[in-house]
Amino acid sequence: MLQPISKELELKSIQYRRKVLTIIKQANSGHTGGSLSAVDILNVLYNHTMNVSPENFRDANRDRFIQSKGHSVEALYVVLADKGFYPEAALDTLNQYRSHFIGHPTRKVNGVEQNTGALGHGLPIAVGTALAGKKDGRSYRVFTLLGDGELEEGSNWEASMSAAHYGLDNLVVIVDYNGLQITGPVETVTGITNLREKFTAFGYAVREVNGNSIPELIAVFDTLPFAAGKPNLVLAHTTKGKGISFIENQVDWHHHVPTDAEFATAMAELDTAQAVWGASNGTR
Amino acid sequence: MEPGKANLEIFAATLLNLAQANRDILVVTSDSRGSGKLTPFAKALPEQIVEIGIAEQNLVGVSAGLASAGKKVFAVSPACFLTARGLEQIKNDVAYSDNPVKVIGISAGVSYGALGTTHHSLHDLAVLQAINNIDIVVPADNFETRMVIETAVSHPRPLYIRFGKAAMPHLHASDAHFEIGKALILAEGADVTFIAIGETVARAMQASRLLAGRGIAAGVMSMHTLKPLDETAVLHAARHSQAIITVEEHSVYGGLGSTIAALLMQNRLSLPFKIVGIPDEYTVTGSQNEIFAHYGITGEGLADTAQQLLAALVKVRL
Repeated sequence: MLQPISKELELKSIQYRRKVLTIIKQANSGHTGGSLSAVDILNVLYNHTMNVSPENFRDANRDRFIQSKGHSVEALYVVLADKGFYPEAALDTLNQYRSHFIGHPTRKVNGVEQNTGALGHGLPIAVGTALAGKKDGRSYRVFTLLGDGELEEGSNWEASMSAAHYGLDNLVVIVDYNGLQITGPVETVTGITNLREKFTAFGYAVREVNGNSIPELIAVFDTLPFAAGKPNLVLAHTTKGKGISFIENQVDWHHHVPTDAEFATAMAELDTAQAVWGASNGTR
Repeated sequence: MEPGKANLEIFAATLLNLAQANRDILVVTSDSRGSGKLTPFAKALPEQIVEIGIAEQNLVGVSAGLASAGKKVFAVSPACFLTARGLEQIKNDVAYSDNPVKVIGISAGVSYGALGTTHHSLHDLAVLQAINNIDIVVPADNFETRMVIETAVSHPRPLYIRFGKAAMPHLHASDAHFEIGKALILAEGADVTFIAIGETVARAMQASRLLAGRGIAAGVMSMHTLKPLDETAVLHAARHSQAIITVEEHSVYGGLGSTIAALLMQNRLSLPFKIVGIPDEYTVTGSQNEIFAHYGITGEGLADTAQQLLAALVKVRL
């Protein structure tokens, strides 16, 4: 039996997917696969787990989210709009001349904590932010979302050593483990296997979940911190392009923009998904 | 010139003083507390030093995170590693994200002498000048070092400060006024002006004295702030001197000299001009003093350069 919060968030995920595809189509550019992969994680973080909102965004005690896999920015922009950080209409300017809504997160967009985009940067910054929280005795937590291909950047492993060394149990690292990067399957590009063992060896308390399952994500984040004195790591097994049958697990959809026909089919699939929930919430 | 201490030592002592009164001041090191003369700091204020280990990318990224949460962060590491390995983090996490970290490049230029090119930083001013939103200061002596560190704490923008580890003579009068972005005039002279930066300023002062003995009035300007450049001071010098010589412990490309050349050209000022620095070649081996001597960065070498420049000017006029 699902909790009411789960149903509400399931419907939000469907609506977020509609909006992600809509703004990418409109801008004629964007990172489709990765945004659809990560959107459920962002949904649960912003609508259930994190203590952050437009009202407390300048508060030193707010929870922080740093999106290290910056290219999946469309998902972040859509979720922040829904949280009320700016009007949804602002997303119509995505990637346009002089728009703040560029292809990677920037602090010129209300609600964005750090400018990211180059891979391997979010985790070190998150470590520093979490360490400051510890030093100041603050209760905030720092969440950062990494791609799996991104783990090829050595700076992640440098930062992981610091996270464990300083016992940052207020740090939550989430790996969007969809198994694909721009060249192809991550494992064919460079072997990153045994991530659970690797992260455990680096001193994390590791949990594995289906990263496209709202109930599983809610449950795992509800048990934070996983272990006192250890940084938290969630290996979120996801599907790149999740939610749209012909986008799922397709390397070519890393930053492919849907055609008119593909867009219509995608919207129809999302309508069908919504009908399962039998709800009127979340109209187009 | 009265002998002083290494700027590195003044940096460490000044920072310890400041940090004792302000617990938000943090030093972040990459196994570099010894090189940075920060062992006393670590002993006195163990909660205010963050050790990262030998990992410069992480050093800068963590520093950005700490600064974003309100800490006054001094990220301290040898300039050679910090500004090369950590460059993308300086560009994105500090400058672009506007996290006001104080990026401190120690043992800069050819301070490490015979340790060789891996340990030299002759590129740092060039690459950092091309990055938006980071100021660049290279103090010449103990006074400038103390002042820039004191100023840095409340400096609202990202800041790069680099200095060496050789003892520096005192260059300034006791009533000198230091401000980031304002050049300091150490000597006036209508024949030629040396515009120097960092540890080369003392050599320019020696040159000025030698030239006085040869009947040539040589001005000396300590251009401690490379960015934002004190354009007014440069243009004034160019309009009141016969020749300009820039001096830096850096590649002749992309540092003080080429920046000033661009400024002069764009202001239609044409005068005899020479960039003295480390030429584009495999740097000669030796100590910092030997390397400086090899490339003419000594009182004698700079005085000769000035005379040659002025002699050419006379020839043109004949």
